[in-house]
Amino acid sequence: MTKRWAVVAVAGVLALAGCSSDLPEETNPGGGSSGSDTRKSEFFDQAEYDRQLAFRNATPQGPEGKPWEQMLEPEMVDTTKFAKTGGKYTLCFSNAAVDNPWRQVGFKTMQQEVKLHPEISDFVVLDAEAKDDKQISDIQSLTGRNCSAIIISPNTTATLTPAVEQACGTGVPVIVFDRGVNTSCPVTFIHPIGGFAFGANGAEFLKEKVKPGGKVLALRILPGVDVLEQRWAAANEIFTGSELDVVGVEFTDGDAAKTKSIVADYIQREGEINGVWMDAGATAVAAVEAFQDAGVEVPAFVGEDQQDFLRLWVDEGLNAVAPTYPTYQWRTPIIAALKILKGEQVPREWVLPQPRITGENVRQYVQQDMPPLHYAMCGCEGMPGYPGPWK
Amino acid sequence: MTWRPRLAEGTAPVLVVLLLLLVGLALAGPAYDEPSGYLALLKRAAPLMILAIGQYFVIVSGGFDLSVGALVTAGVVIAARLIDGDESATTPVILLVLGFGLLVGLVNGLITTKLLVPSFIVTLGMLLVLDGATFLWTDGAPRGALSAAFRTFGRGALDVPLLGEIPWSVLILLAILVAAALFMRSGTGRALVAAGDNEAAVRMSGGQVDRLRLLGFVLSGLLAAVAAILLGGFAGVSAQVGNGLEFRAITAVVLGGVLLGGGRGSVVAAAAGALSLEALFTLLNLLGVSGALESAVQGLIIIAAVAYASLGGGLRQRLRTRPKQRNTVQPAPS
Repeated sequence: MTKRWAVVAVAGVLALAGCSSDLPEETNPGGGSSGSDTRKSEFFDQAEYDRQLAFRNATPQGPEGKPWEQMLEPEMVDTTKFAKTGGKYTLCFSNAAVDNPWRQVGFKTMQQEVKLHPEISDFVVLDAEAKDDKQISDIQSLTGRNCSAIIISPNTTATLTPAVEQACGTGVPVIVFDRGVNTSCPVTFIHPIGGFAFGANGAEFLKEKVKPGGKVLALRILPGVDVLEQRWAAANEIFTGSELDVVGVEFTDGDAAKTKSIVADYIQREGEINGVWMDAGATAVAAVEAFQDAGVEVPAFVGEDQQDFLRLWVDEGLNAVAPTYPTYQWRTPIIAALKILKGEQVPREWVLPQPRITGENVRQYVQQDMPPLHYAMCGCEGMPGYPGPWK
Repeated sequence: MTWRPRLAEGTAPVLVVLLLLLVGLALAGPAYDEPSGYLALLKRAAPLMILAIGQYFVIVSGGFDLSVGALVTAGVVIAARLIDGDESATTPVILLVLGFGLLVGLVNGLITTKLLVPSFIVTLGMLLVLDGATFLWTDGAPRGALSAAFRTFGRGALDVPLLGEIPWSVLILLAILVAAALFMRSGTGRALVAAGDNEAAVRMSGGQVDRLRLLGFVLSGLLAAVAAILLGGFAGVSAQVGNGLEFRAITAVVLGGVLLGGGRGSVVAAAAGALSLEALFTLLNLLGVSGALESAVQGLIIIAAVAYASLGGGLRQRLRTRPKQRNTVQPAPS
């Protein structure tokens, strides 16, 4: 019969094992920011961090009110060798995936952008379904077609670099956007300012709005993804240099129920939470609900530009900020391709403005009739057919 | 008819584990000084407990149901898309989600019993089919929104006289738990356990093993749909809501002392196993342990509990007074 108690013992040992694995985190002397990693993340790059933070204050060049055509501090390159008169262009696009709402909204916006240009006779899209090996063969198969230009949104940086180089080698202009590659062979690389600026926008807001010593909870989706790691690295940098007490850094897997449980646990454990930082806003509404359901005031919040969060923000009068990674960047590769095929100059690195939504301008981004996971910063409101395809 | 308070075989250890965890919670978190903290825990654990009850019906009759996580995701995504924020659509959509769960369970059960495919394979296939279909239908981004009325079941509370505010999910859980416990004491319930224990004996004594197993799968599917309604209500639309729930439910059932392969264990213990699991995760979180440890803990529990059961099973057999024909090592359910 003693064996019956083995289960009890195992559970006890597990709980103890849990306690002991906690030690490295809690040995932080002074107890200031116990959950925060005072050591810099391996993803932190001081020069790039400084560059991105400076970009936020730079004045963009390009048409007013069309941020997808604007560029920050461009270094123009000549493209006359790619000029191809007569129109009837075949644009080819190797897409990393359409497996999340951000890519969904972006891809729909891109398809509508293509419709705006009658000189594009054919738009070939291959979806890599978030698999590196599929994207490598997709790019190879596109180089065999008669593409006027190849647009690539790489699934991962290092693995896709040789495939992009191979595509450049065929002499067809190559345009890379969203995530980058480790080669300068594409004619242009299009992206918003970047992850450091995104993370800093949220962290600076909390530093300003939360009283010194206030408790901040950081929610991240998952570790190891460079775009997300950069956001956290920047926020960590700012929190470390502040008087905020980061009481926890938790991974949510992007799951609303898990997010809500984690936040509810922290409210119980800490008594109060004064600010919530998130590396992406998809579960922001669930996190806000955890405060509402616990019957406490919703603290300063960092979300993103998805409609469900923006509506909640306005309805509940939240104290919030929404850094954005604008989906309007999906329009730019098409515009860039046409410029290149007409022999017009484009920037070697096309850095797009990366606005943030604040309490002052949030109302103009709320679109009541759009789906809850629609991204407000799509730059698509003025496109013909709006809002049909995005619904 | 005399009712004597008795615990089914294997219930005691999990209750002790649960008690220890609850004491641990009281020591670790100020929120567990008063009943509301435990009520919140019960509310959060309710979907998993309901899933564990469903999983129990399948496991005790000699099978596995790996499809429940994918079924939960499908249920939430379907509900959101069909309701699309329209309050009047709530009732028909709830019925539809329950019907969908029932149907999936029926298909699982029919393929297992009629085509004689091992349930492990059938439900693994169903998991992949549901995952793929959900992804295809939503393009990876769920659309629509749940109505406030739909979310009440997972989020709201009912004002019960004398007791105060009791979450709907807790009331639903209690109703299901009582019904399940009563069912397991009925003739059909006992036959269900017997079908997992010794299929041949049940057949020879005139029991319909196939029909019993089919019932297990249908109940599992139906309860997964109930869990979907509660989880969707708790946190809103998400395409990740059901991820890994099937393994959590199986861990909970195993932690409750239910024998994998069937034939032994109580439904109350399975539900207690689910509550223990949720309490353990809450305790770990309160102690500041990273959530990344959760799956490791789950894996250890499964291995340890199954190892314990196979050791303990041999021990019990030797101590048994009445000799009884029984396969100590259950063959894969067919």
